[in-house]
Amino acid sequence: MNFIEKIMEKQRPLFEKGGKLERFYPMFEAGETILLWTNERTKKGPHIRDGLDTKRFMMTVVVALLPVLIFSMYNVGLQHFKAIGQSAGFMDAFSFGAWKVLPLVLVSYAVGGFWEVLFAVLRKHEVNEGFLVTGLLFPLTLPATMPLWQAALGITFGVVIGKEVFGGTGMNILNPALTGRAFLFFAYPGRISGDQVWTAFHSATDKLVDGFSGATPLLVASNATGESATHALSSHGFTFMDMFYGFIPGSLGETSTLMILIGALILIVTGVGSWRIMLSTLLGGLFMGWLFNVLAGPENSPIMSLPAYYHLVLGGFALGAVFMATDPVSAAQTTTGKWIYGFLIGVLAVLIRTVNPAYPEGMMLAILFMNVFSPLIDYYVVRANIKRRLSRA
Amino acid sequence: MSDFRLKRGFDIKLVGEAEKRVVDLPAPRLVAIKPSDFKGLKAKLEVHEGDAVQCGTPLFYAKSNPDIKFVSPVSGTVKAVKRGERRALMEIIIENDGKDSGEALAVPGREGIKTAGREKLQALMMRGGVWPFIIRRPFGKMALGDDAPRDIFISGMDTGPLAADMALVMQGLEDDFQAGIDALAQMTGGKVYLSLDANARDAVAAFSQAAGVEKNYFSGPHPAGNVGVQIHHIKPIKSGEVVWTVKPYGVAMIGRFLKTGLFPRERVVAVAGSSVKEPVHYKTVTGASLEDLFAQNGVTDEEPRYISGNVLTGSRVLKSGFVGFYDNLVSVIPEGPKERKLLGWYLPGFKELSHSRTFMSRWFPSKAYKVNTLLHGADRAFVMSGDYESVLPMDIYPVFLVKSVLANDFEEMEGLGILELDEEDVALCSYICPSKFDFGGAIRQGLDLIEKEG
Repeated sequence: MNFIEKIMEKQRPLFEKGGKLERFYPMFEAGETILLWTNERTKKGPHIRDGLDTKRFMMTVVVALLPVLIFSMYNVGLQHFKAIGQSAGFMDAFSFGAWKVLPLVLVSYAVGGFWEVLFAVLRKHEVNEGFLVTGLLFPLTLPATMPLWQAALGITFGVVIGKEVFGGTGMNILNPALTGRAFLFFAYPGRISGDQVWTAFHSATDKLVDGFSGATPLLVASNATGESATHALSSHGFTFMDMFYGFIPGSLGETSTLMILIGALILIVTGVGSWRIMLSTLLGGLFMGWLFNVLAGPENSPIMSLPAYYHLVLGGFALGAVFMATDPVSAAQTTTGKWIYGFLIGVLAVLIRTVNPAYPEGMMLAILFMNVFSPLIDYYVVRANIKRRLSRA
Repeated sequence: MSDFRLKRGFDIKLVGEAEKRVVDLPAPRLVAIKPSDFKGLKAKLEVHEGDAVQCGTPLFYAKSNPDIKFVSPVSGTVKAVKRGERRALMEIIIENDGKDSGEALAVPGREGIKTAGREKLQALMMRGGVWPFIIRRPFGKMALGDDAPRDIFISGMDTGPLAADMALVMQGLEDDFQAGIDALAQMTGGKVYLSLDANARDAVAAFSQAAGVEKNYFSGPHPAGNVGVQIHHIKPIKSGEVVWTVKPYGVAMIGRFLKTGLFPRERVVAVAGSSVKEPVHYKTVTGASLEDLFAQNGVTDEEPRYISGNVLTGSRVLKSGFVGFYDNLVSVIPEGPKERKLLGWYLPGFKELSHSRTFMSRWFPSKAYKVNTLLHGADRAFVMSGDYESVLPMDIYPVFLVKSVLANDFEEMEGLGILELDEEDVALCSYICPSKFDFGGAIRQGLDLIEKEG
């Protein structure tokens, strides 16, 4: 301990006022306080402060994401070996997947971190820890086959346009990770949609099994014609439980509803993620799915009659509801607002999935759309508070 | 009479609560009255260093109303007049000669109080040095005497950390308290409200015997005992209205003064906190020096922080300093250790007091926690939402409110309820904030702005 402290203290003058690297103080501060916690004291009341700080707050989200991350490595390998018709043990699949997933995570942290620090240096403020989450969440929304340079571009867009142009962490309207993904989606649609990108294989050397489609269950359900969506799913070999456990193709982090639920549990138990948003998103999705079930006739597309609870395990619904919609900065901030915000995300996500065949993944746009509206929702909740105060007899 | 059961809030349970007994201390050698104890006060000095003063001699007065005097609690000589930045008066220190000499003012006496009328009582209280016990809301500052309070509120409970025992503070002051109520009742066209702890209704004789007040009962975690929270639930302040608040001890002091004509100076002060060797209640004098207060006691930590008041809202004082005018508590806790912990921000935290469930202490709670003055983090942008409301049992959105303060939006501030708040009501918001924002400072800034703009 003392040893690290000594090294740090030796470097400190370089970064402090008058030092050679004075401009890079935020970088020094970020690294230093992660390693060794601050010993700064309160100056006035409250003389005592809670042990919780933004580092711990954000790191708890990262911890909640770890089951998702680890499972994604396994599943990437699993889908790969399935596609080429080989059976592989857990370790083989895991190490194959790790080689696909970790580079994306590293690129995201490195490139995103670069922008984060650059803006901190230019604006002369501390590096905000929110990036710990963004940097991990972003790659988990990508397919395993995403080229690294595109991932780098995506996180750049997410951090710079999604966050820094609004004034940095705390001021951003949109979820930065999703902003980055949306950018990639519209800039390189061929790399992040369709049925060819979800499974990692080498087209020159790997020989695919007969009948391999590569489509995600969501795509299968939304493209089903002439048969029921559930039938289409099972004829592709997707059982509900497979989809729940996550042994399906898809974006890295979205496939396993089970792992996401473990993350949700961590977020709810620690109080870091809003259970209201998670629950209301779930209710919104179920409600909309049920409504379509009621309205569906034989002439409508089969996804309309897909049982509502299927939507929860398809695509990015669960990942979005637990980790994206709950981003405390871009979500609604009032209690009432959170219920409305979450419910509408669920409704919109299923609405987009069902009525827009060209674009089955509704969750990303539903969340971004509601990010934009959350200040408006809060505005009306706060107005109501003001009105209540004025009308007090 | 109503019962209010508040759910939201957070009790800060600390090691070193003062034992429930009162030890009589010899009269302090030094006492001081500190103009800085009175928010927003511009003080004009009436004495010089070396002057002889008596018990009740005015030391300084309020520039905004020269009738309001601040008097010496003991007789002796003015030892020092300490000034701070821009020559602002900080402390007027009196060396106590132990004679307690002083002339009684002509007061109406116990029976006369009931019929004396506001004008006469007010003039006497201002001259006698007990007027500053009256605080006006909005703004949380000393009343100036030119306002007509809608009602007067007294909180008979203190839910703050390590609070002095109310029964001990009020012991023997039963009649003084009633006399104070009788006086206050004449200063408002409305009611005098007394809020009591719903879980200990008869713990304080002075309160259970009190007549001529409307009693309400509160239960719940801190800040349920804050008078601002209670006003919000009993009868909130509307735009343009003024109410007064007085602490129970202040009510009794007003009563005693109007009975005897002498500045009442005895006061029970708890010394508490994990650094105090023997946490106990002392009977001493208003403005006693900490040196005198700790003469028979000790402090265990090498580098302690002395706080006049509680650890949330009290003010930092030096070992050579003095107890504040409104305080019945001196808290002493260790300063944060200099040693920096490796990855200290992500330790499980079994022994660390926290409102966050990311700490194991929320799952395996201890009876009381040892705390220090570490900030536990650094200034950051707001990232948390919803939790602040969970420690503020009022229909108020604290984050939106402080944002309107930072934007200087007067209408919004008032609309969001800033006039119902005082620094102490949002202290827990600052405490739990992971971004280490100072809510109290922002509320004060907003209140000052509104007061200045009229």
